[in-house]
Amino acid sequence: MSILINGVSKTFGSFKALDNVNLEVPDGSLLALLGPSGSGKTTLLRIIAGLEISDSGTVVHQNEDITHHPPRDRKVGFVFQHYALFRHMTVAENIGFGLRMRKVSKVKIEERVRELLHLIRLEGLGSRYPGQLSGGQRQRVALARSLAAQPRVLLLDEPFGALDAKVRQELRHWLRKLHKEIHVTSIFVTHDQEEALEVADKVVVMNEGRIEQTGTPEEVYDHPKTPFVYQFLGNVNLFHGRVHNGRAHIGDLEVEAPEHADAVHTPAVAYVRPHDFEISKTHNGGGSSWFEATIDQLLAVGPVARLDLKRPGSDEPIQAEISRDQYRDLDLSEGDKVFIRPRRLKLFAGEERPTGTQS
Amino acid sequence: MSTDAISQKAPAAAAAAAKIRKAQQDPALVRWGLTFLALGVIGILVIIPVVNVFTVAFSHGVGVYFDNLFANKDTFHAIKLTLTVVPIAVAANLIFGISAAWAIARFSFPGRALLTALIDLPFAVSPVVAGLSFVLIFGLQGYLGPFLREDGYSAMPYLVSAFAALISGLVYFLLLPGNPNARTGIWRYPWAAAIAIAVITFAVLFFLQQYFQVWPKKESLKVIFAVPGLVLATAFVTFPFVARELIPTMEAVGSDEELAAVTLGASGWQMFWHVTIPNIKWGLAYGIILCNARAMGEFGAVYVVSGHIAGKTDTMPLRIEKLFQEFNLEGSYAVASVLTLLAIITLIIKTRLERKVPASATAPGPMKPNTNEEDL
Repeated sequence: MSILINGVSKTFGSFKALDNVNLEVPDGSLLALLGPSGSGKTTLLRIIAGLEISDSGTVVHQNEDITHHPPRDRKVGFVFQHYALFRHMTVAENIGFGLRMRKVSKVKIEERVRELLHLIRLEGLGSRYPGQLSGGQRQRVALARSLAAQPRVLLLDEPFGALDAKVRQELRHWLRKLHKEIHVTSIFVTHDQEEALEVADKVVVMNEGRIEQTGTPEEVYDHPKTPFVYQFLGNVNLFHGRVHNGRAHIGDLEVEAPEHADAVHTPAVAYVRPHDFEISKTHNGGGSSWFEATIDQLLAVGPVARLDLKRPGSDEPIQAEISRDQYRDLDLSEGDKVFIRPRRLKLFAGEERPTGTQS
Repeated sequence: MSTDAISQKAPAAAAAAAKIRKAQQDPALVRWGLTFLALGVIGILVIIPVVNVFTVAFSHGVGVYFDNLFANKDTFHAIKLTLTVVPIAVAANLIFGISAAWAIARFSFPGRALLTALIDLPFAVSPVVAGLSFVLIFGLQGYLGPFLREDGYSAMPYLVSAFAALISGLVYFLLLPGNPNARTGIWRYPWAAAIAIAVITFAVLFFLQQYFQVWPKKESLKVIFAVPGLVLATAFVTFPFVARELIPTMEAVGSDEELAAVTLGASGWQMFWHVTIPNIKWGLAYGIILCNARAMGEFGAVYVVSGHIAGKTDTMPLRIEKLFQEFNLEGSYAVASVLTLLAIITLIIKTRLERKVPASATAPGPMKPNTNEEDL
């Protein structure tokens, strides 16, 4: 086990940034700490790097307790959101800085710098200054700099946060590929669920200083353990209702809820992803799981058509997504009356959480 | 035909541009009025007096000018004294300024707001009051006066040893390995070891000073009406400059680069030397220049503590005043011209530096992204 975090807590003044966090990071993995701002993900990363000291708990790194080690003895590479390149040094000097501070011979530094410039595909730019590079190039230099001294762990704090969308996309793929090549244990912090799901092989969803769920991207996306994870990963529709004797009642809708068989008139919240709706123009015979709605708005650009629906007698909009083909087959237009049915929904009984954001 | 069209378009475009310019400008009367007012005030208050200083100084020729500066023993001594006092005061403020700016820009601690306010105190207090307060402490009738007069040097072994002990303790913590596993031998119990080292340093130094009788006995140690007083007064008056200049620079640069250096394996000292100093160097230079200029020209506080003994405690500004009172106009203006010249040089350096300070103070975020986004 590469990194083991045991019961780490941290408060800033009266703000609880981390609340008894336990986490295992396997060797060679690429792990994403995902959460909204203020969820404690960056604090956790900085505690692993030694830039912050936890109030309680321990950080163990390859069976060595490093809780109180200073950053320079932890053999970590840290990549900052705003690069934090040394602006008065050239790219080559930046990359070689760590080795220079560790009194490595000049020849060896030069060799390593050349190797890394090749790795980040910036050969020939070694004598430029950070101010002369683009954002994406700068972030790659920052990455090379953190890798120079062969760290045991690579920590990235919102590494693509300051870049524009296209470059971000490219760098994501590149990071994924790079990790496959060099296989150093990496942890990166992000608030972008798409980024986390796409790049990481393990995702840790954090909220309010606690870990909500840990798992592979598929696990957290398809089987969210908490309402928060459900809401945070992708768009979601939310319905308030109640469960009783294994059946959930949401408005006129009635669905089976075998996992809540012993619930008695318990308030419940049901979550349905926009693409988990089935849409039909006719009430094709099918029981109580269909309900009626009108199309409020229609957006059919790109591979999916997005529908904003309204139920009669309710102001809460429902978002649904159907494929372009299906949209064409159904021949829908704004103001149409349709019947919809959730193909899949996730029920959390006894949860009276605020509706939260539909990110 | 086409060239015609272009040549007709150009003046039309120029006229349109002129219209826009006009629309955004104040009326001519306001423009000219304000410009003349500003130039007039500067001319009367600044340029004429400065030119006058040089004219009067050179009114009896270059030979007399240099005689006034270097042949007059007291004047020459005043120049030398200023050149001794000022570097000491500036050096002291440099050390203080960097530590204070570092503390204020990088840490939050109880009393931070108070320290920020206190740094500005010398700007607010009249220099005369500052000088008087030093007289009140160190002067003959002051709190420490009788003791200093009786056997002032007897305090020196204590002061020197205590200072050395403090330094040795600091050096211990600077050298202390950060990694708990590397703390063996004298590094095992940091506080106990640091205190022990400080005590030993104190004892050894104290003994050596007593044994070799470094300091004279039963002699009066003069602070007021002597060089130490001048240094104290000058340092007090100029102490905001370096810190005031550095705090915004350090806050703008941010601590990201320093943290990056630390994660890359730099020690505190390496980080300071390779990352912090290069980032703040222009702000630092600017602060030193301003501090130096103010220290050279300081009159009020120095006037009170110096006792203006000619050839002993007269600095350049004091000498100017004395020569003026003695109706030695050329002599007085000659010294004044040297101070003015130093001021002009300071101004030139300052203007040059000002252009560089913002460049180093740009935050890491808005480093201009280049357009060549040809990534990957």
